[in-house]
Order: sequence, then C-alpha cells, then structure tokens
Amino acid sequence: MAGQPSAASPPAESTSHGLRVVLAWLILSAVATPLVAIYVGPLIPPGNASTQATEQVFDNTWMLAVITPVICFLVVFFAYALLSFRAAPGGVVDGPPLRNDSRVQVLWMIATGLIVLFLAGFGTYELLQNGAGGGQGPDPIAVPSGQKFQVQVIGQQWQFTYRYPSLGGLESNQLVLPAHTYIELNVTSLDAVHSFWAYELGVKADANPGVNNVAYVQTKDPTTFHVRCAELCGLWHPYMFNNGRVVDTSQFQKWATQQEHLYASIKPFMDKSESDGGAPYSKTYFPQPDRRAG
Amino acid sequence: MSETAVAGPRTPWWRRPIGFNLLTGIVLGIAGWYVGWFGAHAISAESLEYFGDTDYNELSVYLAYLGGVIGFLVGLGFLNYPIARLRGYPPSLREKETHGWTRYFGLCTDHKVVGIQYLWGIGLFFFIGGLNAMLIRTEQLSPHSQSFPMGTYLTLVGMHGTMMMGMMTSGILGPFANYFVPIMIGARRMAFPRIEALTFWILMAAGGVLTTTIFFGGFPTGWTGYAPLQTQANPGMDNYILFFALVGVSMTLLGLNMIATILTMRAPGLTWTRLPIFVWGVLSTAVLMVLAAPVLIAVLAMGALDRTAQTSFFNAAAGGSNYLYQNLFWVFGHPEVYILALPGFAIVLELLPVFSRKPLWGYRLAVAGLLGVSLLSWFVWQHHLFVSGINGDLRPFYMLSTELISIPTGFTFLCGMMTLWRGRIRYSVPMLFCLAWFFNFLIGGLSGVFLSDVPSDVTTHGSFFSMAHFHYTIMGGLVFTFFAAIYYWVPKMTGWELHEGLAKIHFWTMFIFFNSTFAPLLAAGFLGQSRRAPVYTGNLKFLNDWVSISAYLLGISMLIFLFNLVWSLAFVKKPAEANPWASRSIEFQLPSPVPVHNFDRIPVFSSDPYGYGEGPAPSYVVPAGAPAGRD
Repeated sequence: MAGQPSAASPPAESTSHGLRVVLAWLILSAVATPLVAIYVGPLIPPGNASTQATEQVFDNTWMLAVITPVICFLVVFFAYALLSFRAAPGGVVDGPPLRNDSRVQVLWMIATGLIVLFLAGFGTYELLQNGAGGGQGPDPIAVPSGQKFQVQVIGQQWQFTYRYPSLGGLESNQLVLPAHTYIELNVTSLDAVHSFWAYELGVKADANPGVNNVAYVQTKDPTTFHVRCAELCGLWHPYMFNNGRVVDTSQFQKWATQQEHLYASIKPFMDKSESDGGAPYSKTYFPQPDRRAG
Repeated sequence: MSETAVAGPRTPWWRRPIGFNLLTGIVLGIAGWYVGWFGAHAISAESLEYFGDTDYNELSVYLAYLGGVIGFLVGLGFLNYPIARLRGYPPSLREKETHGWTRYFGLCTDHKVVGIQYLWGIGLFFFIGGLNAMLIRTEQLSPHSQSFPMGTYLTLVGMHGTMMMGMMTSGILGPFANYFVPIMIGARRMAFPRIEALTFWILMAAGGVLTTTIFFGGFPTGWTGYAPLQTQANPGMDNYILFFALVGVSMTLLGLNMIATILTMRAPGLTWTRLPIFVWGVLSTAVLMVLAAPVLIAVLAMGALDRTAQTSFFNAAAGGSNYLYQNLFWVFGHPEVYILALPGFAIVLELLPVFSRKPLWGYRLAVAGLLGVSLLSWFVWQHHLFVSGINGDLRPFYMLSTELISIPTGFTFLCGMMTLWRGRIRYSVPMLFCLAWFFNFLIGGLSGVFLSDVPSDVTTHGSFFSMAHFHYTIMGGLVFTFFAAIYYWVPKMTGWELHEGLAKIHFWTMFIFFNSTFAPLLAAGFLGQSRRAPVYTGNLKFLNDWVSISAYLLGISMLIFLFNLVWSLAFVKKPAEANPWASRSIEFQLPSPVPVHNFDRIPVFSSDPYGYGEGPAPSYVVPAGAPAGRD
C-alpha cells in the first residue's frame, strides 16, 4: 500500500471559503447576466422575420439570463476549489471528513427547483400563446385569433410542394407568403417522415403520411427565408431545400395571377377548392405501400 | 471449493486451436449463415413468393444472420453445458477459469476475464465508430456533397450512431461493472456466470452483423431508424434491425445479471448504505436496461415483420402509424441515453473521494440522484416529438418533466462539488477526466434546457444543436468517464501501469479538441444546419472546416491513447502497485491483477469505502468463524 494516509488537521478552518465564493459569484453574475441578456441574447437566431421568430429570440434571451448565474456559480466554485484545495506535494494527506450538511442540500434543492419551475412555466406560457411556430398536430391547442391565410405543405421524397386553397388550389414549388399576415400551415407527407423547417420564420413541423400537422406563423416585412427538411427522409434528404419569400400583398396578387396563368393548362385536371364549390382538398395523404426508394 | 485452477492434460500445440473457442465459433458462424441463407431461399421460392415486393429476399437476410449467430454461439461452446446436463453428466460449474491467454478467446465464466474481453471488444467497435466519425467530418469539409456518394454518407452516419449507441451502452457496465461489482460486493463471481459470458459474445456477434451491412447496401435512416423510411429501405436495414435486437438481448441479460448479483450476493456487513456508489450507479442503470431494452426488441420485431411479412404496424395506408414507431423507439431511446449517462455519474462520484481525500459528501442524496434520474427518464420521451404533430396538449407536461430531470442530475453535481470542497485534491489522470466531466456535462445539460423548452426547440430540433448537445452529454459524459475508469482501474485489471505522461497528453488533447469540435456545432445548429445532411449553406463553411480539423485532432488524441495502451501493456509491462491511488475501496486491497478467485475468504464489511480522514483504512480482515465462500 502506497503510504498510509495520515490524519488531517482539525476541520475547523479560520478562512470562510463559502463566503468568498458567494461574494465572487454575486459580483460576477451581477455583471455577466445583464451583459449576456442585453448583448448576446438578441444575437441568437432565428431573428426577426416573423412574430414567432421574435418570440423565440425573446425566449432564448430569458433562458440565457437564467442560466448565466448558474454557469457563473460553477465557474467560480470550480476555479476557487481547484486552486485553493490542491494537495500539498509529498505524501497523501486526507482532508476533513465532512459527510453532509442538510442546509446546503435544502438550499440546493430549493434553488434548482425554482429554476426548473420558472423555466417550465415560462416555456408553457410562451408556447400556449400561438404555438411558437411548432407543429401542433391535427387539433392545435394554441390557435391565434383572427383571420388566417391557409397554405398546405406537402412533403415527398425529395421536395416540398405548396398548395394555396384560397387561390383555387394553386400548387407551386415556391413558397411565397403575403406580408403582415397570419399563416396557417398544414403540413403532410406523401411517403416518409419529413420535417418542414422554415428557418428564418422560426417554423418547424414534421410532415407525416396520413396526418395533418398544423403550425401558425405571422409574417412581418417582406423578406426571404430558407426552407429545408429537418428529418432524415432518405437518399436525397440533404438536397431537400429551397428558398421562400415574404412579399407585399400587391406583389403577392401579381405572383398568384402569374402562377395561375402558368398552370392554366393543367388546372381543369385538378380538384376544385371548397370556395369554388368543389370538394375540400385532402389534408392528408397515404403512402404507396410498395414504393421503394432510398 | 477448489481454489487452485486445475491444468488440463497437455495437448499438442497444433490441436489447441481446435475446440470450443473463437475460431470454431467463427467457422460454425459462417456455416450457420449459409444454412440460413439457402434455407430461406428454399422457403420463399416455394411458398412465400408474395414476400418479394422488392428484388430482395429479406427473409434470407434475417435467417442467414440468425443462423450465423446461433452457429457462432454453439461454436463458442454455449450448448456444452445444457447438453452435458441433458446427457446426465455431472455439471461443470465453471469454465476456463485458469491462467493463460487462451481463456480470453472463448467462453470463460470468470467475471474478470469477461470484463477484459468486454474492454477490448467494445474498444474495437468504439474504434470503428470513431473512424466513421472521421469520414463524416471529411464529407462536412465542404458545403456540397463531395467525398462520398449520398447513400454511403448516410450509411456512415447510421453506422457511427448505431455502433456508438449500441456498443457503448455496455461501455462501462460491460468492462468495469462485470469486473469490479463482484469484487466490490465481496463475491467471487456474478450471479449467472454463463449468462455473463453470453452477453459479451452476443454483443460481438451483433457488432459483426452491423459491420457487414455494407455488403447489403447500408441503411439510410441514421441510428433512430424511423419507420416509413425503414420499411422502404434496402436489405442493409435488416442488419440494423438484427444488430439492435441482439444488443437489446445482450442489454437485458446484462442488466438482469447485475441486478441479481447486487441484490443477492453482497458479503456480510455490506448494507445498502455501505454499498460503493459505483454499485448503486450500476444498479440504477441495470434496472433501466432490463425495462427499456425489451421495448426496443419489440419495436424492431414489428419493423422486421413490416419488412418481411407485409404487416402494417407503421404503414399509414393500411391503418398503421409512424407515430407508433416513434413513440416505442423513444420509450426505449430516452432511458437509453440515461443508460449511457448514469454509469458516468457513478464513476465520477466513486473517484472524487479518492482524489479529494474526503468522504463522498451526501451519500444518500447521491443515491437519490441516481435513482431519481433512473425513474424520471421514463417520463420524458415525447420531447423527441415536440414538433412531430402528436399530442399538442401533452407538450407542457413533457416540457416540465424534461426540466425536472435536471434536479436529480443536480444532486450528482452537488455531491461531487461538495466532495471537492476543502479536500486535498490530487490532479492524477483519472481525476482530470472526472473534472472534465463536470465541464462537459454542464454544457450538455444547459444546452438541453434549450431543447426541452418547446419555443426554443422549434429552431434547434433536428439541427446540429441537438447533435452537439447529445455529444456533450454522451461523449463528454460517458466517454470521458470511460477513460477515467480505464486509467483508474486498468492497472488493477492487468497488473501493468499505463504511462502517465502520455495519459496526460491524451487528456489535454482530448479535452481541448473535444470542446473545439462540439462547441462550434452548437452555433452551427442555431445558424440552421440540419442534422445528417452533408449539404449546408455556404456561410457555415468556416465553422464546419474548423470542426472537421478539430475532429481529426481529436482522432489523433485517441491514437495517442491507443499507442499508450498497446505500448504500456504489451511492451513495457511495468508492474502496477496494488494500490497506486491510496484508495480505501476493497479492490485496491487485493493484489494486481486480482487472483482468479478474488478472495481466500469472503470479506466482512464494517463501513463504506469513503472514510477518508476518519482513521486508518479498513483492512477487510475476515474474523475467525466468518462464512467461507459459497462455491
């Protein structure tokens, strides 16, 4: 056995290590937390292109503000402990046999419990306002009030198709949205599971065969955004992306007319929309069972 | 009670490879593979023609590999004992419990041999998985697909994920729990020594099944194997299904064996509050394994039936649902990530007292933390489905439960931190890895806060952010403690020291380049890089190049470790001290390496092993009249 450890000096130490750590932590987090919340938080994506994106940035900023003091505490604690409590060179000496302190335990449980409950409550509040841009399934619970512009997103291997029921069932492979409008996205798939991710808009909703997954997003000023698939869906999944645009209402009408003209020759073969007196568009599709790809 | 290993009659050298060992296992495995392959072709040619909605005969892949695995196990000698009992021969209680290198290449019921077999076996597949990671990063050097065809790239991603998740599940329970749990609880063996050996050899067979997926076209689904894609994928997918099912069998048996051993075989005096915290960690992990792995086997069986017998569990057109797959997979999958993380917690808590020279602070709180994580991990799985369009109204609950799990995790942090407090800290290599765990797991946990919060998860879900998050928790949490355990215990297991200078170089390079690899990926995810995609927007090229170069350097760090291991254990062979860390734990009171039957007499415990500063170390002296060994 390598050197029987000798007994430690009596545990009573005059220096108040705990007080020093707490003071250093208070000072550090008092400085760091506002700096992080004010300067770092707003830099976090996805940005300011939609109400949902802005809310996500707000949400991320708050979470950063909550975890910054936690990080500060651990940094201060470890920096202090690892520097102050190094073993002296030479033989192995045991430390004081401190086995427990129920005050510390209770304090720790209260602190972590409060942080957790705050984060869960805050997240739930943010979520229930309008769904935060996430897919909510066929029966959404967080539905924003007011008029909504419907767009259907149909994922298939390996592209997205966008359908506009209010434009007579117009289908397009470009996603063009009117500015300052609440959009209701109905996401479904023809085959594997895809995920519709409009990055700058802060929208993500999985596209499942046979399921209508609804997400809400409120556009702001005209802008462009990226759309990509965020769920591995087979061989060409990485190339399943395109760009979308948010445009003025007048430009949107122009684009719609243009598209209708472009697709005029195939229009008679497509379903009529509900507003034209036809049957409603199917919001779900089932995959071909025998189809193999990828 | 036969203490001395009886050497069998000398066989001539040329006959030694013939018998029940790895060689015969491989030969019979190949034979069994072909029997299954041709058998399945014969069946489906005659009566099951309708299986073939593809050009492939999926059934033949399954039967071939099942035949291969059975042949492999028979060749290793797993049928010898049952057949001998059936024929009325007296049972041989133990097999190959001798000295000499040949015992490592076959069925051996010595828990210490199985531990070392696990270490090298898992190490081999960890190495292959790591090579896959290097190739993935090579592809990511450019924003376009350049190095590999798309299918090959997806197979690399899938193999890396599946290999690491499947193999490293037993990364600590396999080598270290099998070796040290019996010693720590004062037993001479595991409860079921043959099952213990079986878990290892099934895992190796599983590794072979997964690696040979490349001969069947690979699989495009990543390690999660989501269902509609799984059903339409080529036959390499069958390898994935069989691999994970075999891993599930191995996990279940390993967990059962651990639970039975810890519950029933503790030495006199080893009460629940004296149990080393590592054993508590193993117990909580084993419970998760036993309960979670059968769900995995069930969901994969459904997938296999969908692929061969045209059932429609996951086919929406015929009344199935892909949500069934996703829910069942994550019911397994989320406990699974805690199966990976919990042994790491336990190793950190086990090692900190030794290197801080203080008792483990808040023993009961630490146990509560381990058990609390183990319990709560069952109630969080739907956070993987936050944007999937299922159960919009359950999301607040899963948000709360996911965040609640940070409370028991926090217990581990508190106990570890308070153990350091006012200690006499020695910065030995195992301690450095444990301290790195705090850093990594802090980042992993706090990035998890963003993923558990639905509004934030909408952007981070399925992006490189979540990928970097779980690499921080699993590589930073499990693999770092895996290395801590190696540097701490391998001298005890082999009897030879590892070179300390190289170990320190390994630690610092690994710590720096691990963070330099995964911290930028957190940013890349927030900036919109989708997981599992070799194509990304041009503005992320710098980040990705940085990450790839860091990943290569991380790979070099692993090579330094490998060099150290081989050089120290195969060439230098410097004998290790019995107790190089001045630990009070019982395994360090035994000689290095531990003798075949561990103890001359079963020890009697009078305290936990953490009494640093509380008087002289316990001698584990066996008083006269104490019970002798049970076998």
